Amino acid sequence: MDAAAPRPKENQGEPLPRVDARLKVTGQAHYPADLPAASIAYGALATSSIARGKVTKLRLDDARAVPGVLDIVTYGDMDKIDKPKFGNSSATSIGPLHDRTIFHDGQIIALAVAETFEAAEEAAQLIRAEYEEDKPTASFDSPGTKTVAAAGKSPMFKEDVKAGDFDAAFAAAAVKIDQRYSTPTQHHNPIELFSTTAYWQGDQLVVHEPSQNVTGWKVELARQLKMDPANVRIVSPFIGGAFGSKGPMTPRTAIVAVAAKRLGRPVRCVTSRMQAFGTQTYRAETRHRIRIGAGKDGRITAFAHEGWEVTSRPDLYVVGGTSATGRMYGYGSVLTHVSLVQADRNTPGYMRSPPETPYVYALENAMDEMAVALGMDPVEFRRINEPKTEPIGKKPFSSRSLIQCYDQAAEAFGWARRDPKIGAMRDGEWLIGMGCATAIYPTAVAPCAARVRLTVDGDVRLQCGSHEIGTGVRTVAGQMASERLGVAIDKISVEMGDSSLPPAPVSGGSISTASVCSAVLKACDAIRTKLFAAATAEGGPLAGSHNEEFDLADGKIVAKSGASAKVENVLKAMQVGAIEEYAEFAPKGATPEALKKLYAGTPEFHGGEQDEDSVKYAFGAEFVEVRINRYTREIRVPRIVGAFAAGRIMNTRTARSQLMGGMIWGIGQALHEATEVDRRYARYVNRDLQDYLVPVNADIKDLQVILVPEIDHAVNPAGVKGLGELGNVGTAAAVASAVFHATGKRIRDLPIRIEQLLV
Amino acid sequence: MRPFVYEQPTDISAAVALASNFTTRDDQPTRANAQFIAGGTNLADYMKLGVAEPNRLLDLNRLEEQKLRQIRVTEDGIRFGALVRMGEAADHREIKERYPVIAESLHLAASGQIRNMASLAGNVLQRTRCEYFRETSWACNKRMPGSGCAAMDGFNRQHAVLGGSTACIATYHGDFAQALIALDAVVLTEGSRGARKIPFAKLHRQPGDTPHIETDLAADEIITAIEVPALPWGRRSLYLKIRDRESYAFALASAAVALDLDGETVREARIALGGVATVPWRASAAEEVLQGKKLDDASAGAAADAAFAEAQPRQHNAFKIELGKRTLVRALLETRDMKV
Repeated sequence: MDAAAPRPKENQGEPLPRVDARLKVTGQAHYPADLPAASIAYGALATSSIARGKVTKLRLDDARAVPGVLDIVTYGDMDKIDKPKFGNSSATSIGPLHDRTIFHDGQIIALAVAETFEAAEEAAQLIRAEYEEDKPTASFDSPGTKTVAAAGKSPMFKEDVKAGDFDAAFAAAAVKIDQRYSTPTQHHNPIELFSTTAYWQGDQLVVHEPSQNVTGWKVELARQLKMDPANVRIVSPFIGGAFGSKGPMTPRTAIVAVAAKRLGRPVRCVTSRMQAFGTQTYRAETRHRIRIGAGKDGRITAFAHEGWEVTSRPDLYVVGGTSATGRMYGYGSVLTHVSLVQADRNTPGYMRSPPETPYVYALENAMDEMAVALGMDPVEFRRINEPKTEPIGKKPFSSRSLIQCYDQAAEAFGWARRDPKIGAMRDGEWLIGMGCATAIYPTAVAPCAARVRLTVDGDVRLQCGSHEIGTGVRTVAGQMASERLGVAIDKISVEMGDSSLPPAPVSGGSISTASVCSAVLKACDAIRTKLFAAATAEGGPLAGSHNEEFDLADGKIVAKSGASAKVENVLKAMQVGAIEEYAEFAPKGATPEALKKLYAGTPEFHGGEQDEDSVKYAFGAEFVEVRINRYTREIRVPRIVGAFAAGRIMNTRTARSQLMGGMIWGIGQALHEATEVDRRYARYVNRDLQDYLVPVNADIKDLQVILVPEIDHAVNPAGVKGLGELGNVGTAAAVASAVFHATGKRIRDLPIRIEQLLV
Repeated sequence: MRPFVYEQPTDISAAVALASNFTTRDDQPTRANAQFIAGGTNLADYMKLGVAEPNRLLDLNRLEEQKLRQIRVTEDGIRFGALVRMGEAADHREIKERYPVIAESLHLAASGQIRNMASLAGNVLQRTRCEYFRETSWACNKRMPGSGCAAMDGFNRQHAVLGGSTACIATYHGDFAQALIALDAVVLTEGSRGARKIPFAKLHRQPGDTPHIETDLAADEIITAIEVPALPWGRRSLYLKIRDRESYAFALASAAVALDLDGETVREARIALGGVATVPWRASAAEEVLQGKKLDDASAGAAADAAFAEAQPRQHNAFKIELGKRTLVRALLETRDMKV
């Protein structure tokens, strides 16, 4: 069988090709900046070249003189609209054109609009700002940072988790480590650039923009523009990579909408890759101190994780990964604390597994160090510390297949052939290292609505305001409908990415498959109930068979007894052309306001560590082999194996693709990715793909994904655990572990680069 | 991007005449109003970024002289037409066999797509990718003379440790040029003041006080060919490129090496270093150390020390001295061990 389409095991769906695969590879999938709009004008941003101060003067004459320039939107032009409100739908509270204060490098100072893209860009480049400049604060250790406790500063991070008496346990521990780790600034750099196209039809505003949150944006944009949300529509049928960067709306959207209103014609603004570094969100740099104490038997008795995260001056963005690291193993005692460090930077935001990527990297690198300190095999060390209940609230895990993941990945990788002695494994001039680490991601689910219509011709139309960010959610939603309605996938059309569709939650937190499939399941089951009732009603084709169990297959209602009736005939008997059901799914534990909040664009998340009955996580184990040249020390990863268990797998092809992409990203995080901040100016330096490195094809050789069967009915009706953000967690620690095995050098600061191995 | 006039001269003399019309004797080719374009993989990028601002582009791709597109390998050496694409030269069978250092330097550069577009002459004239040069809001003496150098005390991990000045430490990132300078190549040009033959080693200029003057060329001068004299022992040569990822990245350090061996004793060595210097860099001191010596770990190490004796590190690029030395040692030993 094709490696891209793994044979489904227990509780795993068929590897159907993506329903939009052909559209995508033939260029027929239209991304927001491709959508047509008549007599369009083009916008280009001008951005600040300082990180802190005030714009004292803006020289616009040269820009206005460029032939074809139509308008320049700048200070004063946004006064009648409201500033953004920092939160899940809005990347920042900075209204860049509302006041002349500069909070960060690359802040928007104007939008030039012209008849052509080239003229707009030229005009934007000719806008000259004069500044009153203050000395900016770049990052950790820069003079002028302000440090605040993170707990309670975000609804997503309520407290620093703890359990037992860490200090006493750590003091008494026979074996201990106390180490510091760090992760760099990173930017998402999706290949599809950021863009906004806006046009007005009377009082109605339509925005084409790549978005992971069309409902939230509709409401937030309407608030900024003081409009009825019913008059705002966000359209985002396909997204060319998002990774969290297209989750919160940025101030550009309202600025382009205002420009379109002023001109009375559509305006499209595509941000350059360089400008995206300052006008979008990013993963801020983090620091960690980890202390682990254990007995000689390897049982951990004390675990402390302190984290520091950079954020902007105006907005307290928190990731707070201690919620997951504090529950990872059966620690005897836990102490955690997260601090925010404010600097003159743009506000960070969600980036694929925002809390887990940096925090689990630090934990897993520390776990490997601890295994070395104990003289223990790192897999065995984790096995010994496998918990019965999570250590903070003592709740059970709804399911936890971590050890199965370790066993299957270790077997496939050939871990047994590893000689644990440092530097013992070689191939000619190349040192070989092998390492491993745990992946974890909380399993959440949110309310979601969907509309499903089954016609007399056997066609199905599925509508849901979720977002195809490349994960395959259209395909798995279609698969769910196909399964429940007994209709082939090619008879199902799936519409997503439009705020006029039934609302879905933000496509973040790996909740989409679980939430969307649960809503589709509910709508389909309502259709089934209607069909079965009509079929068995008096005069119906299956009249009289009341206590039967029915299913739908191949366009027929099939009774357990073997009797069947064509769906087409049942609909005809009902004298309808179609059955359409609009379903609103709310997860177990949802508040009475949960559905209202869904429509308001502020959906509740449930699951993870929040539920009363159990904590809910997906797990995985990753093993990597590194090769390091004896002389020149370049690091390559020729082999990586990951095994993951995530409840019901809707489609093994799209699941593997997500996990594979995550693992590759994890290799990039280990070895390549970092946004460099010029500390003198608090400005980003390597603002393009020439200098912001990610792995290329030649870097990825032998990669294997194992989908470990797991059944979990507690997580949601679909039984699905999100896995979109699982694959890139832990990878960097596995690489660090392998680098140590090859060289004896423990690298604690990412990315691991050649210069760290030369000394 | 600013509007510009686009012209397609059809022969070399027409191209030179056009350039002469729109430039002056003192114009630098990279700063002149009229500039030549061939593959466009570097210039078009810099025009979009506002780093290069010619108002007239003279496209050389329509020049009818066929020799511009030909590779000739004879007993006298190689003659590369200036418009030969990097990919063609990298895949040329005789060059791969007889001068592997040249083929490898081309093959390890850029990406397949870029190699299919970029011309050989354009490749050797590629400009630095210094982050502070690429982005117009930074101070840069090369882009805007006298404005200062933001890289000097900034993030300078990619920057040069050899051939820099107090005005500029921008790295010359090319690979092919290292093979050419090691093999004593010569550049043939035509301009309004006639035809010239410029030793490759004289083509590029170290930054000194004038980092905006990058080459010895006049603004109306076109490279028509690159000649590499015959090197009978060229089969024992290689290009080693060390970088952060496996492909499509600039060298952190590289070495072009060719060796004439008598048993294990070096009769003659040719060495050039990439990724570490402001211009294509011939390591003559290292060559001299090796001459007449047995090539082993010790002599290779001594050669590497000599190559970097004058190196000047900055905050983030100090590792390039150690890496550069190890790269050269590894390249020398691997060249010695080649089966030719």
